[in-house]
Amino acid sequence: MIQAILVFNNHGKPRLVRFYQRFPEEIQQQIVRETFHLVLKRDDNICNFLEGGSLIGGSDYKLIYRHYATLYFVFCVDSSESELGILDLIQVFVETLDKCFENVCELDLIFHMDKGPAICRMLFRGSTKSVFQADCSCSHDFRFQVHYILQEVVMGGMVLETNMNEIVAQIEAQNRLEKSEGGLSAAPARAVSAVKNINLPEMPRNINIGDLNIKVPNLSQFV
Amino acid sequence: MVASSLKLQDLIQEIREAKTQAQEREVIQKECAHIRASFRDGDPLHSHRQLAKLLYVHMLGYPAHFGQMECLKLIASPRFTDKRVGYLGAMLLLDERQDAHLLITNSIKNDLSQGIEAVQGLALCTLSAMGSAEMCRDLAPEVEKLLLQPSPYVRKKAVLTAVHMIRKVPELSDIFLPPCAQLLHERHHGILLGTVTLITELCERSPAALQHFRKALPSLQVVPQLVHTLRTLVMTGCSTEHSVSGVSDPFLQVQILRLLRILGRNHEESSETMNDLLAQVATNTDTSRNAGNAVLFETVLTIMDIRSAAGLRVLAVNILGRFLLNSDRNIRYVALTSLLKLVQSDHSAVQRHRPTVVECLWEPDASLSRRALELSLALVNSSNVRAMTQELQGFLESCPPDLRPDCASGILLAAERFAPTKRWHIDTILRVLTTAGTYVRDDAVANLIQLIGGAQELHAYSVRRLYSALAEDISQQPLVQVAAWCIGEYGDLLLEGTCEETEPLQVEKEEVLALLERVLQSQMSLPATRGYALTALMKLSTRLHGDNNRICQVMSIYGSCQDVELQQRAVEYNALFRKYDHLRAAVLEKMPLVERGGPQVDEEAKESKEVAQLSEAAPVPTETQASKLLDLLDLLDGPSENAQHPPPLDPTPGDTLIHLLDLPCAPLPPAPIPNLKVFEREGLQLNLSFVRPPGTPTLLLITVTATNTSGGDVTHFICQAAVPKSFQLQLQAPSGDTVPAQGGLPMTQLLRILNPNKAPLRLKLRLTYDHFGQSVQEIFEVNNLPVETWQ
Repeated sequence: MIQAILVFNNHGKPRLVRFYQRFPEEIQQQIVRETFHLVLKRDDNICNFLEGGSLIGGSDYKLIYRHYATLYFVFCVDSSESELGILDLIQVFVETLDKCFENVCELDLIFHMDKGPAICRMLFRGSTKSVFQADCSCSHDFRFQVHYILQEVVMGGMVLETNMNEIVAQIEAQNRLEKSEGGLSAAPARAVSAVKNINLPEMPRNINIGDLNIKVPNLSQFV
Repeated sequence: MVASSLKLQDLIQEIREAKTQAQEREVIQKECAHIRASFRDGDPLHSHRQLAKLLYVHMLGYPAHFGQMECLKLIASPRFTDKRVGYLGAMLLLDERQDAHLLITNSIKNDLSQGIEAVQGLALCTLSAMGSAEMCRDLAPEVEKLLLQPSPYVRKKAVLTAVHMIRKVPELSDIFLPPCAQLLHERHHGILLGTVTLITELCERSPAALQHFRKALPSLQVVPQLVHTLRTLVMTGCSTEHSVSGVSDPFLQVQILRLLRILGRNHEESSETMNDLLAQVATNTDTSRNAGNAVLFETVLTIMDIRSAAGLRVLAVNILGRFLLNSDRNIRYVALTSLLKLVQSDHSAVQRHRPTVVECLWEPDASLSRRALELSLALVNSSNVRAMTQELQGFLESCPPDLRPDCASGILLAAERFAPTKRWHIDTILRVLTTAGTYVRDDAVANLIQLIGGAQELHAYSVRRLYSALAEDISQQPLVQVAAWCIGEYGDLLLEGTCEETEPLQVEKEEVLALLERVLQSQMSLPATRGYALTALMKLSTRLHGDNNRICQVMSIYGSCQDVELQQRAVEYNALFRKYDHLRAAVLEKMPLVERGGPQVDEEAKESKEVAQLSEAAPVPTETQASKLLDLLDLLDGPSENAQHPPPLDPTPGDTLIHLLDLPCAPLPPAPIPNLKVFEREGLQLNLSFVRPPGTPTLLLITVTATNTSGGDVTHFICQAAVPKSFQLQLQAPSGDTVPAQGGLPMTQLLRILNPNKAPLRLKLRLTYDHFGQSVQEIFEVNNLPVETWQ
């Protein structure tokens, strides 16, 4: 079972924090900090497995991490998970994020897989900002997109789906659903709230300007 | 209208621009105030945005509990946008301990039956993340219905939610067990993955479920179905969508292999069905990429765990050996971990790879060397103990500090178990103390003293070695303590100058005294060490010839020492010189061998009584004298009592004798721990008897005795044990693997458990045997372990 998934940058700032077992808030933050310190000490050419820190569970748990450019992806798992399998899972997750954000913002993502003989680079657009540095340039949904995507890969601490195409299709369907709600149904709601601001009792019942005689309809039902 | 608060984007921007923690806090607090106001006033359109901002600051570590109710409102809203954020908030902010969590049960129920995939997915996801036992019970029928829905997206989520529900409420297994067989025939990988996980969970929780899935009924056929699915995956190659670096759906392959392991363990029939497939996977998997290696590892572990053919097992261990030599460190790490799992059951097979394992000790990677250390320690046996100890000693000298305690205690333990000769044992401990003295456990000093005391023929040798070691370095406290004690006891042997086993060493009396004085004065010496040195000096006054002026001088100097313990001793020894000189020789005699808490204790008490009676003849004993007598008995009790203080005294002389009898003696022999009957089935009984050797407070010896009063023999009896990670467990070879019927000769097996942290003992036993033509496997945790076993 996966106990926690943490993503933080090279300075230890959390970018995604998801626990699959309940910890109080302060402990959660401590775990993030402790994990960051443990992972920071690791050189780049040693193995991706760390015995876990003292807070997150004890001797049965280990940390499996991958370092991509400016981000660390850390999965804390117990002995029932295959270590090499989790390494692949992290890769699948990151590649899925990659695929999804192609459509959301202008991003450039460079992967270096140091382990195998092949070095894989995935370039999307011409811009040079890495997706994870461009926190502020993304739409407000970015941060939660990562959560939603993660929810399609790992659920309740267990692996749910690893087919990237399916995950991407699902996310796109959900985003479309959200967009459709925001577009159509928002309009009447916006109108209502605008009307609420009109100070109706003070509106004249009749506007008489020269030859014009306009009867103002009773708008009380909108109040 | 409320002043507009920041959009999430802008909030993030402001937070990033904050130069200090305080600034950041200010921005966030301001924003949280807006959010709180917005929740209060109710803004149905934008509340999801407000909650989103709140969740963001929550991730940064700021309190967000006031958003809990808002989550509930959003979940209840008909809009998907709201539900999405609301459910996410529920997963992040709510948990079983808040009362609010039950309130979403109704919303989840409605959403589950709604019919929009995305919404059902959200509800299931939330349920599997934070569903409490009551929620799971309430919603189980809904989830069960969803298992049969047409949409594979919903079904795969429902299956995984079922796993969570079973974990929370084990009785729900009854509902979720029947659909499994059908679900195994699905083509959709997500559903298959979930189903295999579900079956694995069911089998791990209940032996009845395990039996159920092993049955080879025409309607069931779980093992053949799994074999078929796995074979399809292996043969298909990379034409499927799920492939990762050319291996089709390695995640599903790995899960299936794990399930096969559980089903095949100790079950001949199932094992046979999977043998061919395992051989196929082991030989055909492409190992050039990580995904293939992941599958291969699981295959190896499965082969080793089930009743597989011998040839297959050899193949598996060889694969692991090959992996140990792989250049990829991750592979080496996993190979070491796997070998560690196998070392108990297939010891000789793993031994073959010992040289490679030992090489891994020298890895710069801390994770790898730690694994290699654990495995190396597990591989030490009586035939390789000398070579292995040599390697481990070398490692100890250069290993990183966090591994030193484990390494040192591992070496000492191995030496205790397998020492070929006493001299080798003493040498080994000496070397460990010299290299890593500060990292050894506290009882190492007592153990070594015990060991040396018991080896009479080695007294001369020991004292010389210790003297040389001490002369070189007086900083390693355990070493100094042992050396001081030895020099005190056997100082006469040191000066004699003849010993075949070491180089001739000419030591003058003055040198010895000077060394001990150095220890006394050194800043590095702990108070306990000083106590040892002072006592040693005192003992030397009888062992060495010539006048004792120098020693007397030291005693009178330390009579005004700041440390109360030292001062008291010095004063008492002084008194021994001045007023009780006739007693000195008797009192400072060579110590009798201290048995690990045995009848010696009583003899020492008797000796003290005699000394007390002698002193009655002397002038009226004052308080100092009475306490001095008590301290003499401290001397007799030896080093284990150094830290103890004599009890406060009543000054009246007549009570002296009584006080002597109230002494803090060496630890009394422990009350025997009652035996425990742990298992009984059809005439086969298992009893545990416990022994705590008093000299080693962290050691527990358990003898497992199996008796058979039934009419049939019990054969192929194997007993395995597991303890929590902080313990060290060694199972010695059993007396046999057959327990004859009708109360025949019982089978015994010794377990040694080391408990350095004095943690509560937990013991799980696993028995496998054949009885009445059936093969039986029992796994159980031993309850009612008496507290004396670990306190």
